[in-house]
Amino acid sequence: MSYASHLTIRYDDEPLPERELDCRGQLCPAPIIALARHIGEVPVGELLGVAADDPAARHDVPAWCRMRKQEYVGEERAGDGTPLYVVRRLI
Amino acid sequence: MTNAAVYLDAASAEPLHPAGRETLLAALEHGYADPRRLHGAGRNARLLLDNAREVVAAALGVRRDEVVFTSSGTRAVQLGLLGLAAARVERGRRIAHSAVEHQAVTDAAAWWGDPVELSADAEGRVYDGDLAEASTMPGVVVAALQSANHEVGTLQPVGGFPLANGVPLFVDACASMGRLPLPQGWDALAGSARKWGGPSGVGVLLVRHRARWSHPFPAADPLARVDDGGVDVAATLAAAAALQAVVAERDELGTRQRALIDLIRARVTAIPDVDVVGDPVERLPHLVTFSFLYVDGEALVTELDRLGFGVASGSACALDTREPSRVLAAMGALTHGNVRLSLTRDTTRDDVERFLAVLPGVVASIRERAGL
Repeated sequence: MSYASHLTIRYDDEPLPERELDCRGQLCPAPIIALARHIGEVPVGELLGVAADDPAARHDVPAWCRMRKQEYVGEERAGDGTPLYVVRRLI
Repeated sequence: MTNAAVYLDAASAEPLHPAGRETLLAALEHGYADPRRLHGAGRNARLLLDNAREVVAAALGVRRDEVVFTSSGTRAVQLGLLGLAAARVERGRRIAHSAVEHQAVTDAAAWWGDPVELSADAEGRVYDGDLAEASTMPGVVVAALQSANHEVGTLQPVGGFPLANGVPLFVDACASMGRLPLPQGWDALAGSARKWGGPSGVGVLLVRHRARWSHPFPAADPLARVDDGGVDVAATLAAAAALQAVVAERDELGTRQRALIDLIRARVTAIPDVDVVGDPVERLPHLVTFSFLYVDGEALVTELDRLGFGVASGSACALDTREPSRVLAAMGALTHGNVRLSLTRDTTRDDVERFLAVLPGVVASIRERAGL
Protein backbone atom coordinates (compact mmCIF):
# COMPACT_ATOMS: atom_id res chain seq x y z
CA MET A 1 0.00 0.00 0.00
CA SER A 2 1.36 3.38 -0.91
CA TYR A 3 0.74 6.28 1.42
CA ALA A 4 1.31 9.81 0.18
CA SER A 5 4.72 10.91 1.40
CA HIS A 6 7.25 13.56 0.59
CA LEU A 7 10.08 11.73 2.33
CA THR A 8 12.92 10.47 0.20
CA ILE A 9 15.17 7.87 1.76
CA ARG A 10 18.90 8.52 1.43
CA TYR A 11 21.71 6.39 2.68
CA ASP A 12 24.08 7.74 5.31
CA ASP A 13 27.17 7.02 3.27
CA GLU A 14 26.12 9.38 0.49
CA PRO A 15 28.10 12.62 0.73
CA LEU A 16 26.42 16.03 0.94
CA PRO A 17 26.95 18.05 -2.23
CA GLU A 18 29.98 20.32 -2.27
CA ARG A 19 28.14 22.85 -4.41
CA GLU A 20 25.16 24.71 -3.00
CA LEU A 21 22.87 27.09 -4.85
CA ASP A 22 21.46 29.74 -2.50
CA CYS A 23 17.80 30.30 -3.43
CA ARG A 24 16.65 31.35 0.03
CA GLY A 25 13.81 33.87 -0.08
CA GLN A 26 13.11 33.24 -3.77
CA LEU A 27 9.60 32.35 -4.97
CA CYS A 28 8.71 29.87 -7.70
CA PRO A 29 9.92 29.60 -10.40
CA ALA A 30 13.12 31.54 -9.48
CA PRO A 31 14.90 28.57 -7.78
CA ILE A 32 14.26 26.37 -10.82
CA ILE A 33 15.52 29.09 -13.19
CA ALA A 34 18.67 29.36 -11.05
CA LEU A 35 19.07 25.57 -11.15
CA ALA A 36 18.80 25.57 -14.95
CA ARG A 37 21.36 28.39 -15.21
CA HIS A 38 23.95 26.76 -12.95
CA ILE A 39 23.68 23.02 -13.62
CA GLY A 40 26.12 23.44 -16.52
CA GLU A 41 28.84 24.54 -14.08
CA VAL A 42 28.68 21.15 -12.33
CA PRO A 43 30.73 18.29 -13.84
CA VAL A 44 28.65 15.36 -15.13
CA GLY A 45 28.10 12.87 -12.30
CA GLU A 46 28.55 15.49 -9.55
CA LEU A 47 25.95 16.84 -7.11
CA LEU A 48 24.35 20.26 -6.77
CA GLY A 49 22.26 21.23 -3.75
CA VAL A 50 19.46 23.79 -4.16
CA ALA A 51 18.81 25.58 -0.83
CA ALA A 52 15.24 26.90 -1.11
CA ASP A 53 12.52 27.72 1.41
CA ASP A 54 9.76 28.17 -1.21
CA PRO A 55 7.34 25.22 -0.72
CA ALA A 56 6.95 24.72 -4.50
CA ALA A 57 10.65 23.81 -4.82
CA ARG A 58 10.00 20.51 -3.00
CA HIS A 59 7.89 19.41 -5.96
CA ASP A 60 9.44 21.39 -8.78
CA VAL A 61 13.08 20.32 -8.35
CA PRO A 62 12.13 16.63 -8.82
CA ALA A 63 9.80 17.58 -11.70
CA TRP A 64 12.61 19.58 -13.36
CA CYS A 65 14.93 16.57 -13.03
CA ARG A 66 12.32 14.32 -14.69
CA MET A 67 11.70 16.79 -17.54
CA ARG A 68 15.40 17.66 -18.09
CA LYS A 69 16.61 14.05 -17.66
CA GLN A 70 18.73 14.77 -14.59
CA GLU A 71 18.73 12.71 -11.39
CA TYR A 72 16.89 13.88 -8.26
CA VAL A 73 18.88 12.46 -5.35
CA GLY A 74 16.72 13.63 -2.42
CA GLU A 75 16.01 16.23 0.21
CA GLU A 76 18.60 17.23 2.81
CA ARG A 77 19.03 20.13 5.24
CA ALA A 78 21.49 22.96 4.68
CA GLY A 79 23.59 24.13 7.64
CA ASP A 80 20.93 26.67 8.67
CA GLY A 81 18.10 24.14 8.43
CA THR A 82 16.82 25.32 5.03
CA PRO A 83 15.63 22.43 2.83
CA LEU A 84 18.35 21.39 0.40
CA TYR A 85 17.21 19.60 -2.77
CA VAL A 86 20.05 17.52 -4.18
CA VAL A 87 20.44 16.98 -7.93
CA ARG A 88 23.02 14.88 -9.79
CA ARG A 89 24.00 16.14 -13.24
CA LEU A 90 23.61 13.29 -15.73
CA ILE A 91 23.80 15.13 -19.07
CA MET B 1 -9.04 43.92 -27.97
CA THR B 2 -11.12 43.50 -31.06
CA ASN B 3 -12.27 40.02 -30.08
CA ALA B 4 -14.62 39.34 -27.16
CA ALA B 5 -12.99 37.75 -24.14
CA VAL B 6 -12.82 33.96 -24.22
CA TYR B 7 -13.68 32.39 -20.86
CA LEU B 8 -11.93 29.04 -20.41
CA ASP B 9 -12.63 28.27 -16.75
CA ALA B 10 -15.84 26.20 -16.83
CA ALA B 11 -14.41 23.86 -14.18
CA SER B 12 -14.59 26.73 -11.67
CA ALA B 13 -18.01 27.88 -12.88
CA GLU B 14 -19.81 27.21 -16.17
CA PRO B 15 -21.82 30.21 -17.41
CA LEU B 16 -25.54 29.86 -16.70
CA HIS B 17 -27.17 27.48 -19.21
CA PRO B 18 -30.00 29.12 -21.24
CA ALA B 19 -32.45 26.55 -19.82
CA GLY B 20 -31.33 27.52 -16.32
CA ARG B 21 -31.66 31.21 -17.04
CA GLU B 22 -35.16 30.88 -18.43
CA THR B 23 -36.28 28.81 -15.45
CA LEU B 24 -34.60 31.12 -12.95
CA LEU B 25 -36.40 34.17 -14.29
CA ALA B 26 -39.75 32.36 -14.29
CA ALA B 27 -39.27 30.92 -10.78
CA LEU B 28 -37.96 34.08 -9.11
CA GLU B 29 -41.47 35.46 -8.77
CA HIS B 30 -42.91 32.33 -7.17
CA GLY B 31 -40.10 30.76 -5.18
CA TYR B 32 -39.57 33.39 -2.49
CA ALA B 33 -41.48 31.76 0.37
CA ASP B 34 -40.28 29.20 2.92
CA PRO B 35 -41.22 25.80 1.45
CA ARG B 36 -41.88 24.43 4.97
CA ARG B 37 -44.80 26.83 5.60
CA LEU B 38 -48.39 25.76 5.11
CA HIS B 39 -49.71 28.90 3.43
CA GLY B 40 -50.27 29.24 -0.30
CA ALA B 41 -46.94 30.95 -1.04
CA GLY B 42 -45.12 28.29 0.98
CA ARG B 43 -46.94 25.54 -0.93
CA ASN B 44 -45.91 27.15 -4.21
CA ALA B 45 -42.26 27.14 -3.13
CA ARG B 46 -42.62 23.49 -2.01
CA LEU B 47 -44.07 22.55 -5.40
CA LEU B 48 -41.14 24.17 -7.19
CA LEU B 49 -38.67 22.32 -4.95
CA ASP B 50 -40.48 18.98 -5.45
CA ASN B 51 -40.40 19.63 -9.18
CA ALA B 52 -36.63 20.29 -8.99
CA ARG B 53 -36.16 17.03 -7.04
CA GLU B 54 -38.13 15.07 -9.63
CA VAL B 55 -36.08 16.54 -12.50
CA VAL B 56 -32.70 15.94 -10.79
CA ALA B 57 -33.64 12.37 -9.84
CA ALA B 58 -34.68 11.61 -13.43
CA ALA B 59 -31.59 13.27 -14.94
CA LEU B 60 -29.24 11.32 -12.64
CA GLY B 61 -31.18 8.04 -12.55
CA VAL B 62 -31.74 7.96 -8.78
CA ARG B 63 -34.82 7.91 -6.51
CA ARG B 64 -36.50 11.18 -5.57
CA ASP B 65 -36.05 10.43 -1.86
CA GLU B 66 -32.29 10.12 -2.43
CA VAL B 67 -31.94 13.78 -3.50
CA VAL B 68 -31.11 16.46 -0.91
CA PHE B 69 -30.58 20.11 -1.93
CA THR B 70 -27.87 22.15 -0.22
CA SER B 71 -26.59 25.71 -0.36
CA SER B 72 -23.33 24.81 -2.18
CA GLY B 73 -21.20 21.96 -3.50
CA THR B 74 -18.91 22.29 -0.48
CA ARG B 75 -21.91 21.95 1.83
CA ALA B 76 -23.07 18.84 -0.08
CA VAL B 77 -19.59 17.34 0.38
CA GLN B 78 -19.58 18.11 4.10
CA LEU B 79 -23.07 16.72 4.70
CA GLY B 80 -22.52 13.63 2.58
CA LEU B 81 -19.06 12.67 3.77
CA LEU B 82 -19.50 13.55 7.42
CA GLY B 83 -23.08 12.19 7.53
CA LEU B 84 -21.76 8.73 6.57
CA ALA B 85 -19.02 9.12 9.21
CA ALA B 86 -21.48 10.33 11.88
CA ALA B 87 -23.61 7.20 11.42
CA ARG B 88 -20.56 5.02 12.27
CA VAL B 89 -18.91 7.19 14.91
CA GLU B 90 -18.91 4.33 17.43
CA ARG B 91 -16.26 2.61 15.26
CA GLY B 92 -13.93 5.59 14.94
CA ARG B 93 -13.48 8.92 13.18
CA ARG B 94 -10.96 8.25 10.42
CA ILE B 95 -11.78 9.02 6.79
CA ALA B 96 -9.60 7.49 4.05
CA HIS B 97 -9.28 9.61 0.91
CA SER B 98 -6.97 10.07 -2.06
CA ALA B 99 -4.27 12.75 -2.03
CA VAL B 100 -5.93 14.42 -5.03
CA GLU B 101 -9.37 15.08 -3.52
CA HIS B 102 -10.83 18.58 -3.59
CA GLN B 103 -10.03 20.69 -0.54
CA ALA B 104 -13.69 20.49 0.53
CA VAL B 105 -13.12 16.75 1.14
CA THR B 106 -9.67 16.97 2.73
CA ASP B 107 -10.70 19.83 5.03
CA ALA B 108 -13.86 17.99 6.15
CA ALA B 109 -11.92 14.73 6.76
CA ALA B 110 -9.23 16.52 8.79
CA TRP B 111 -11.85 18.41 10.81
CA TRP B 112 -13.65 15.17 11.67
CA GLY B 113 -10.66 13.04 12.68
CA ASP B 114 -7.21 11.84 11.69
CA PRO B 115 -7.47 11.11 7.96
CA VAL B 116 -5.71 8.38 5.99
CA GLU B 117 -4.35 9.91 2.77
CA LEU B 118 -3.70 7.61 -0.18
CA SER B 119 -1.23 8.55 -2.87
CA ALA B 120 -2.00 8.84 -6.58
CA ASP B 121 0.02 7.89 -9.65
CA ALA B 122 1.60 10.27 -12.17
CA GLU B 123 -1.75 10.68 -13.95
CA GLY B 124 -3.52 11.54 -10.72
CA ARG B 125 -5.32 8.22 -10.31
CA VAL B 126 -5.58 6.46 -6.96
CA TYR B 127 -3.91 3.02 -6.98
CA ASP B 128 -6.24 0.03 -7.35
CA GLY B 129 -6.75 -1.64 -4.04
CA ASP B 130 -5.44 1.17 -1.82
CA LEU B 131 -8.90 2.28 -0.72
CA ALA B 132 -9.94 -1.36 -0.23
CA GLU B 133 -6.89 -1.91 1.95
CA ALA B 134 -7.45 1.32 3.86
CA SER B 135 -11.00 0.16 4.64
CA THR B 136 -9.52 -2.69 6.72
CA MET B 137 -7.59 -0.29 8.98
CA PRO B 138 -8.86 0.19 12.54
CA GLY B 139 -10.89 3.36 12.99
CA VAL B 140 -11.50 3.94 9.27
CA VAL B 141 -15.25 4.49 8.90
CA VAL B 142 -15.64 6.06 5.43
CA ALA B 143 -13.68 5.98 2.17
CA ALA B 144 -13.85 9.02 -0.13
CA LEU B 145 -12.95 9.17 -3.80
CA GLN B 146 -13.75 11.76 -6.48
CA SER B 147 -15.41 10.67 -9.72
CA ALA B 148 -12.92 12.74 -11.71
CA ASN B 149 -10.15 15.10 -10.72
CA HIS B 150 -11.12 18.76 -10.77
CA GLU B 151 -7.66 20.01 -11.73
CA VAL B 152 -6.36 17.47 -14.25
CA GLY B 153 -9.52 15.67 -15.41
CA THR B 154 -8.40 12.08 -14.73
CA LEU B 155 -11.29 9.67 -14.04
CA GLN B 156 -11.03 7.57 -10.89
CA PRO B 157 -11.88 3.84 -10.59
CA VAL B 158 -15.01 4.51 -8.50
CA GLY B 159 -16.92 1.32 -7.74
CA GLY B 160 -14.09 -0.82 -9.06
CA PHE B 161 -12.94 -2.06 -5.66
CA PRO B 162 -14.71 -3.74 -2.74
CA LEU B 163 -14.53 -2.09 0.68
CA ALA B 164 -14.18 -4.14 3.88
CA ASN B 165 -16.04 -3.98 7.21
CA GLY B 166 -19.11 -2.31 5.69
CA VAL B 167 -17.12 0.90 5.10
CA PRO B 168 -19.31 3.14 2.92
CA LEU B 169 -18.02 5.06 -0.10
CA PHE B 170 -18.47 8.81 -0.49
CA VAL B 171 -18.00 10.18 -4.01
CA ASP B 172 -17.25 13.83 -4.78
CA ALA B 173 -18.79 14.09 -8.25
CA CYS B 174 -18.68 17.90 -8.45
CA ALA B 175 -16.30 17.87 -11.42
CA SER B 176 -18.33 15.42 -13.53
CA MET B 177 -22.01 15.69 -12.56
CA GLY B 178 -24.11 16.31 -15.67
CA ARG B 179 -21.13 15.87 -18.00
CA LEU B 180 -20.73 12.11 -17.45
CA PRO B 181 -23.09 9.40 -16.14
CA LEU B 182 -22.85 8.83 -12.39
CA PRO B 183 -20.44 6.08 -11.31
CA GLN B 184 -21.71 3.03 -9.43
CA GLY B 185 -21.03 1.74 -5.97
CA TRP B 186 -21.42 4.86 -3.82
CA ASP B 187 -23.39 5.43 -0.62
CA ALA B 188 -23.43 9.22 -0.78
CA LEU B 189 -22.41 11.53 -3.62
CA ALA B 190 -22.10 15.31 -4.01
CA GLY B 191 -22.48 17.71 -6.95
CA SER B 192 -22.30 21.46 -7.49
CA ALA B 193 -24.71 23.26 -9.83
CA ARG B 194 -22.38 26.02 -11.00
CA LYS B 195 -20.04 23.39 -12.46
CA TRP B 196 -22.72 22.23 -14.94
CA GLY B 197 -24.26 25.59 -15.81
CA GLY B 198 -26.72 26.00 -12.95
CA PRO B 199 -26.61 29.04 -10.67
CA SER B 200 -24.03 29.42 -7.89
CA GLY B 201 -25.15 28.51 -4.39
CA VAL B 202 -26.87 25.21 -5.22
CA GLY B 203 -25.46 21.84 -4.23
CA VAL B 204 -26.91 18.37 -4.74
CA LEU B 205 -26.36 15.61 -2.22
CA LEU B 206 -27.43 12.08 -3.05
CA VAL B 207 -27.75 9.59 -0.18
CA ARG B 208 -28.68 6.01 -1.07
CA HIS B 209 -31.92 5.09 0.65
CA ARG B 210 -30.28 2.00 2.17
CA ALA B 211 -27.18 3.88 3.37
CA ARG B 212 -26.69 4.67 7.05
CA TRP B 213 -26.47 8.43 7.36
CA SER B 214 -26.80 10.77 10.31
CA HIS B 215 -26.72 14.58 10.28
CA PRO B 216 -23.18 15.65 11.28
CA PHE B 217 -24.24 19.17 12.30
CA PRO B 218 -26.95 20.44 14.67
CA ALA B 219 -30.36 19.22 13.42
CA ALA B 220 -33.82 18.77 14.95
CA ASP B 221 -33.99 15.20 13.62
CA PRO B 222 -30.47 13.88 12.89
CA LEU B 223 -31.82 11.02 10.79
CA ALA B 224 -34.07 13.14 8.55
CA ARG B 225 -32.59 13.67 5.08
CA VAL B 226 -33.99 17.13 4.52
CA ASP B 227 -32.82 20.01 2.35
CA ASP B 228 -30.58 22.64 3.90
CA GLY B 229 -32.64 25.30 5.64
CA GLY B 230 -32.90 28.36 3.42
CA VAL B 231 -32.12 26.72 0.07
CA ASP B 232 -32.74 29.13 -2.78
CA VAL B 233 -35.86 27.58 -4.35
CA ALA B 234 -35.72 29.46 -7.66
CA ALA B 235 -31.99 28.81 -8.10
CA THR B 236 -32.48 25.13 -7.24
CA LEU B 237 -35.19 24.74 -9.88
CA ALA B 238 -32.97 26.54 -12.39
CA ALA B 239 -30.10 24.19 -11.49
CA ALA B 240 -32.41 21.22 -12.13
CA ALA B 241 -33.49 22.59 -15.50
CA ALA B 242 -29.86 23.21 -16.49
CA LEU B 243 -28.91 19.68 -15.41
CA GLN B 244 -31.72 18.16 -17.47
CA ALA B 245 -30.58 20.14 -20.53
CA VAL B 246 -26.90 19.32 -20.01
CA VAL B 247 -27.60 15.59 -19.68
CA ALA B 248 -29.71 15.69 -22.86
CA GLU B 249 -26.93 17.34 -24.89
CA ARG B 250 -23.84 15.77 -23.30
CA ASP B 251 -23.17 13.10 -25.92
CA GLU B 252 -22.93 15.65 -28.71
CA LEU B 253 -21.19 18.30 -26.59
CA GLY B 254 -18.81 15.83 -24.95
CA THR B 255 -17.68 14.53 -28.34
CA ARG B 256 -17.02 18.06 -29.58
CA GLN B 257 -15.18 19.09 -26.39
CA ARG B 258 -13.13 15.89 -26.34
CA ALA B 259 -11.84 16.61 -29.85
CA LEU B 260 -10.96 20.21 -28.92
CA ILE B 261 -9.04 19.06 -25.83
CA ASP B 262 -7.19 16.47 -27.95
CA LEU B 263 -6.22 19.29 -30.31
CA ILE B 264 -4.99 21.46 -27.42
CA ARG B 265 -3.00 18.60 -25.89
CA ALA B 266 -1.30 17.87 -29.21
CA ARG B 267 -0.42 21.50 -29.93
CA VAL B 268 0.71 22.40 -26.39
CA THR B 269 2.99 19.34 -26.28
CA ALA B 270 4.92 20.92 -29.15
CA ILE B 271 5.91 23.93 -26.99
CA PRO B 272 9.36 23.33 -25.43
CA ASP B 273 9.68 22.25 -21.78
CA VAL B 274 6.02 21.66 -21.05
CA ASP B 275 4.46 19.08 -18.72
CA VAL B 276 0.98 18.14 -20.01
CA VAL B 277 -0.61 16.27 -17.13
CA GLY B 278 -3.54 13.94 -16.47
CA ASP B 279 -4.83 10.88 -18.32
CA PRO B 280 -5.07 11.77 -22.04
CA VAL B 281 -8.01 9.39 -22.65
CA GLU B 282 -9.83 8.42 -19.45
CA ARG B 283 -10.66 11.99 -18.48
CA LEU B 284 -13.31 14.69 -18.25
CA PRO B 285 -14.32 15.79 -21.76
CA HIS B 286 -13.76 19.53 -21.29
CA LEU B 287 -10.57 19.99 -19.27
CA VAL B 288 -6.78 19.94 -19.69
CA THR B 289 -3.87 21.06 -17.51
CA PHE B 290 -0.24 21.81 -18.38
CA SER B 291 2.79 23.49 -16.79
CA PHE B 292 5.65 25.39 -18.43
CA LEU B 293 9.15 25.20 -16.96
CA TYR B 294 10.66 28.52 -15.84
CA VAL B 295 7.34 30.38 -16.20
CA ASP B 296 5.65 32.34 -13.41
CA GLY B 297 2.03 31.12 -13.22
CA GLU B 298 0.70 34.49 -12.09
CA ALA B 299 2.41 36.27 -15.00
CA LEU B 300 1.02 33.67 -17.40
CA VAL B 301 -2.59 34.03 -16.17
CA THR B 302 -2.33 37.84 -16.11
CA GLU B 303 -0.87 38.06 -19.60
CA LEU B 304 -3.45 35.65 -21.04
CA ASP B 305 -6.19 37.69 -19.37
CA ARG B 306 -4.79 40.86 -20.92
CA LEU B 307 -5.03 39.15 -24.30
CA GLY B 308 -8.65 38.15 -23.60
CA PHE B 309 -8.36 34.57 -22.31
CA GLY B 310 -9.64 33.65 -18.84
CA VAL B 311 -7.83 30.60 -17.46
CA ALA B 312 -7.16 29.10 -14.01
CA SER B 313 -3.81 28.12 -12.51
CA GLY B 314 -2.68 25.73 -9.76
CA SER B 315 0.67 27.50 -9.30
CA ALA B 316 1.43 28.82 -5.82
CA CYS B 317 1.99 32.39 -6.99
CA ALA B 318 -1.46 32.42 -8.64
CA LEU B 319 -3.30 31.09 -5.56
CA ASP B 320 -4.19 33.07 -2.47
CA THR B 321 -2.80 30.31 -0.22
CA ARG B 322 0.70 30.79 -1.77
CA GLU B 323 1.01 26.98 -1.60
CA PRO B 324 1.25 25.01 -4.85
CA SER B 325 -1.65 22.79 -5.95
CA ARG B 326 -1.79 19.65 -3.78
CA VAL B 327 -3.04 17.73 -6.81
CA LEU B 328 -0.07 18.62 -9.01
CA ALA B 329 2.32 17.99 -6.09
CA ALA B 330 0.81 14.56 -5.37
CA MET B 331 1.21 13.59 -9.03
CA GLY B 332 4.84 14.72 -9.18
CA ALA B 333 3.86 17.24 -11.87
CA LEU B 334 5.54 20.60 -12.29
CA THR B 335 3.63 23.08 -10.11
CA HIS B 336 4.88 26.40 -11.47
CA GLY B 337 3.84 27.88 -14.81
CA ASN B 338 0.55 25.97 -14.58
CA VAL B 339 -2.59 26.57 -16.62
CA ARG B 340 -5.91 24.75 -16.40
CA LEU B 341 -8.18 25.17 -19.40
CA SER B 342 -11.81 24.08 -19.17
CA LEU B 343 -14.18 24.62 -22.09
CA THR B 344 -17.70 25.97 -21.74
CA ARG B 345 -20.58 24.67 -23.87
CA ASP B 346 -20.13 27.72 -26.10
CA THR B 347 -16.36 27.41 -26.66
CA THR B 348 -15.72 27.17 -30.39
CA ARG B 349 -12.90 25.74 -32.44
CA ASP B 350 -12.06 29.33 -33.40
CA ASP B 351 -11.70 30.30 -29.71
CA VAL B 352 -9.31 27.40 -29.21
CA GLU B 353 -7.31 28.23 -32.33
CA ARG B 354 -6.94 31.85 -31.24
CA PHE B 355 -5.74 30.72 -27.80
CA LEU B 356 -3.25 28.29 -29.34
CA ALA B 357 -2.00 31.03 -31.64
CA VAL B 358 -1.01 33.34 -28.77
CA LEU B 359 0.14 30.81 -26.14
CA PRO B 360 3.65 29.98 -27.48
CA GLY B 361 4.52 33.69 -27.77
CA VAL B 362 3.28 34.45 -24.25
CA VAL B 363 5.36 31.60 -22.81
CA ALA B 364 8.44 32.64 -24.79
CA SER B 365 8.19 36.28 -23.71
CA ILE B 366 7.88 35.38 -20.01
CA ARG B 367 10.89 33.07 -20.31
CA GLU B 368 12.81 35.80 -22.11
CA ARG B 369 12.06 38.29 -19.33
CA ALA B 370 13.43 35.71 -16.85
CA GLY B 371 16.68 35.75 -18.85
CA LEU B 372 16.32 32.32 -20.44
